[in-house]
Amino acid sequence: MKVIYTDSLVIGGGLAGLRVAIASMQRGYDTIVLSLIPAKRSHSAAAQGGMQASLGACIKGDGDDEDVHFGDTVKGSDWGCDQDVARMFVNTAPKAIRQLAAWGVPWSRVRGGDREVIINGEKVTITEKHEAHGLITARDFGGTKKWRTCFTSDGTGHTMLYAMDNKAIQLGIPVHERKEALALIHEDGVCYGAIVRDLITGELIAYVAKATTIATGGYGRLYSVTTNAVISEGIGTAIALETGVATLGNMEAVQFHPTAIVPVGILTTEGCRGDGGLLLDNDGYRFMPDYEPEKKELASRDVVSRRMTEHMRKGKGVPSPYGDHLWLDITLLGRKHIEKNLREVKEICEYFLGIDPVKEYIPVRPTQHYSMGGVRTNATGESPTLKGLFSAGEAACWDMHGFNRLGGNSVAETVVAGMLVGEFVADYCGANALNVSTATIAHFLKKEEKKITDLLVRDFGENPFALKAEMQQIMMDKVGIFRNGPDLEKAVEELTVLNQRARHIALRNRISSSNPELVEAIRIPKMIKLAQCVAYGAMLRTESRGAHAREDYPERNDKEWLKRTLATWPDDSTDLPDISYEDVDVMKMEMPPGSRGYGVDNIIVHPDAEKRMAQIEEIKKANSAADRFELQQLLNPTPIPEKFKGKNERIGRGYK
Amino acid sequence: MSDQARVLKFQIFRYNPLKMGDKPRMVTYEVTEAPGMTIFIALNEIRETQDPSLQFDFVCRAGICGSCAMVINGQPDLACRTLTANFAGGEITLLPLPGFELIGDLSVNTGKFMRAMSERVESWIHDLHADEVNYDALEERMDPDVADEIYELERCVECGACVSACATKRMRPDFLSAVGFMRLARFALDPRDKRTDDEFYEIMGNDDGVFGCMTLLGCEDYCPKDLPHQTQIAYLRRKMALIR
Repeated sequence: MKVIYTDSLVIGGGLAGLRVAIASMQRGYDTIVLSLIPAKRSHSAAAQGGMQASLGACIKGDGDDEDVHFGDTVKGSDWGCDQDVARMFVNTAPKAIRQLAAWGVPWSRVRGGDREVIINGEKVTITEKHEAHGLITARDFGGTKKWRTCFTSDGTGHTMLYAMDNKAIQLGIPVHERKEALALIHEDGVCYGAIVRDLITGELIAYVAKATTIATGGYGRLYSVTTNAVISEGIGTAIALETGVATLGNMEAVQFHPTAIVPVGILTTEGCRGDGGLLLDNDGYRFMPDYEPEKKELASRDVVSRRMTEHMRKGKGVPSPYGDHLWLDITLLGRKHIEKNLREVKEICEYFLGIDPVKEYIPVRPTQHYSMGGVRTNATGESPTLKGLFSAGEAACWDMHGFNRLGGNSVAETVVAGMLVGEFVADYCGANALNVSTATIAHFLKKEEKKITDLLVRDFGENPFALKAEMQQIMMDKVGIFRNGPDLEKAVEELTVLNQRARHIALRNRISSSNPELVEAIRIPKMIKLAQCVAYGAMLRTESRGAHAREDYPERNDKEWLKRTLATWPDDSTDLPDISYEDVDVMKMEMPPGSRGYGVDNIIVHPDAEKRMAQIEEIKKANSAADRFELQQLLNPTPIPEKFKGKNERIGRGYK
Repeated sequence: MSDQARVLKFQIFRYNPLKMGDKPRMVTYEVTEAPGMTIFIALNEIRETQDPSLQFDFVCRAGICGSCAMVINGQPDLACRTLTANFAGGEITLLPLPGFELIGDLSVNTGKFMRAMSERVESWIHDLHADEVNYDALEERMDPDVADEIYELERCVECGACVSACATKRMRPDFLSAVGFMRLARFALDPRDKRTDDEFYEIMGNDDGVFGCMTLLGCEDYCPKDLPHQTQIAYLRRKMALIR
């Protein structure tokens, strides 16, 4: 039995995982990162448009601060988020971005003086402050009151990931590449690491650790068309589920991005619209202002995706052999701007569509993009039910996104959560001794060994590629942007059958070392379980909130559904997850539920909403001398680690 | 386009070094072309319907992550964004990227090479005071043009096409290669990195470094991100030559 011991085991080498690893290494704990691929190739690299942080240096960000960012994030989440976590996040984001600046990210900077931009389809001249010259600038993104999304052209994720991985290399953090975690080792409610398969040799290795962090990204590949990388299959999330102890949160909360290219589903950044691009229909008509007079193309993603679908259903889509689509027009931004700030988009259009977006419209359609759901954690990033198991980034339901994530808040979450959760991971490593018997380790290793042996000896059975395709099609057809009871029931039924079939996979290529078919066979049962959590959770949630839109329950029902879905998988022989709920407590909210200011206002109010509002007014009145920081402490005290508690400086405003 | 879809003929290098007795060989697969088909789509179709043992690497499938460089009809390129329609004859030969450890078939270990490269050039900001930065305070200012210029060189995706296209690398196994030079040029340009020219000389001032380059410039010809390798190698050489 090969066993590798460490203090902090991080599964996933993207931005969140690397940042957690850096934190535990800097605190003096032995750290290992596991990754399916070289870390710099992680899906974080595909984030194009930017990272939200309320620096307020560019003129259109003037007046921005943590409070405005908080409000946007909560509204974006359709009040589904954990407001403690959203608070921790917005307060720390400026520090995270400044740290990344020191670590080498070449953030685009403010250039003092006049510049021409496109706002609402018109050329406008704005004047940047000379005193802000050289500070980090920002662009406009959907669902935000201020220009807050900091960027490096449209390769923001790339530069962030390179800086982060370079920092990890500087610290000598080992990244064990081409390794896949197959199961978590746990006993009596404590996690002790993972059983890991070497994807080249096929060897099984037990990585035994005090703290284990899952940072494996989202589960977009449950759908046949997604913007996500091919490795975004949710396997980290699934191995947490398979413990039977850890819970997954809000798995039905799946985001569809308005502008992926047709048919392959590759993303064109929200920055296209943030920088002034427009959505047009089959008549070349700009339709979004008719639906969303206030935010137009820059409402939140869930809203824009629904409006686009609505418009196509009215027959206004552009027909193509791959179904209807709409147009994204960035021609009005001009060649210079596109070649500087939207160059990835230009490359993608040239290579995959054979068009020049400087002159031609881009065919786009809403496409699966982001997983708000994931491993449920408390505010410190630890699973409330499985001690020593942490999660950060898209893999987690830390829950700053609720039922819809804002553009630019995802890479921001990865580095902020990495920073904060990393400290709590280090605290955990300091406070706990590693105390696990080798018999327990061997038990988990043998279990995985047996599963693989069974696959390698079975003569006849299911084809893993076919099972995957069927699952992806069910999710596409029945668990998409608009959902309804009958379709969801059917999806749940069909996925349950697939789950049973997935217990009888047989391989054509029966070798235990490097073997793509075996990899697929190991992952498929896990993916189907996740798909069942998504579909079943969606079926049971009889309301519409954020990205979860039920045609048969169009209202946001705060009265009955202001709660988070929790899924567990009791044991391998069961056909469906156990679903339970935890309340999102209105009486603790800094910002009680209300209208988002975009999308359809259709709310069944929570009985406590008014009560809490009145309470907040009273607190404000009783503390009329309190500044915004003191007031926030009174309304929403949050567990931010001491070293990140400082106030953030802004140009022209100081630390106020 | 004619009504009849073409049948593409793929000649693919097959060899699994971990399989006892396996020998390197070329195997032919036929795939019916679909509109907009890329080599990514075709290879997955072959794996799913014809040979599930076929090894290759894709991650983003959007030309961003650099995983899938391979030799396509004799030229290194990113397979994910290469359309099959580009090949008029309908015959496509795929070989793994030379210059890297072979994992199997079309899969090579670029990750190991790139990590070693990053360690060798110390691919991070060198600043003794970096850990004393107060992140609450305004960030250090940077000229907007300098930020843009750094980004220009930072766009490398470590795909390895430059390494595979480099004749010097073929002769000198420890040659740093264009990917390493680009990284050094990027940090040399960055005012946050406090390394002196003397310190950079220690890394690249020899025949396995920038003086070994024969300027055949396969890197310039085959870089899928069109990075300015020629200019940067010339710039680094001049900078290094002026030191001693």
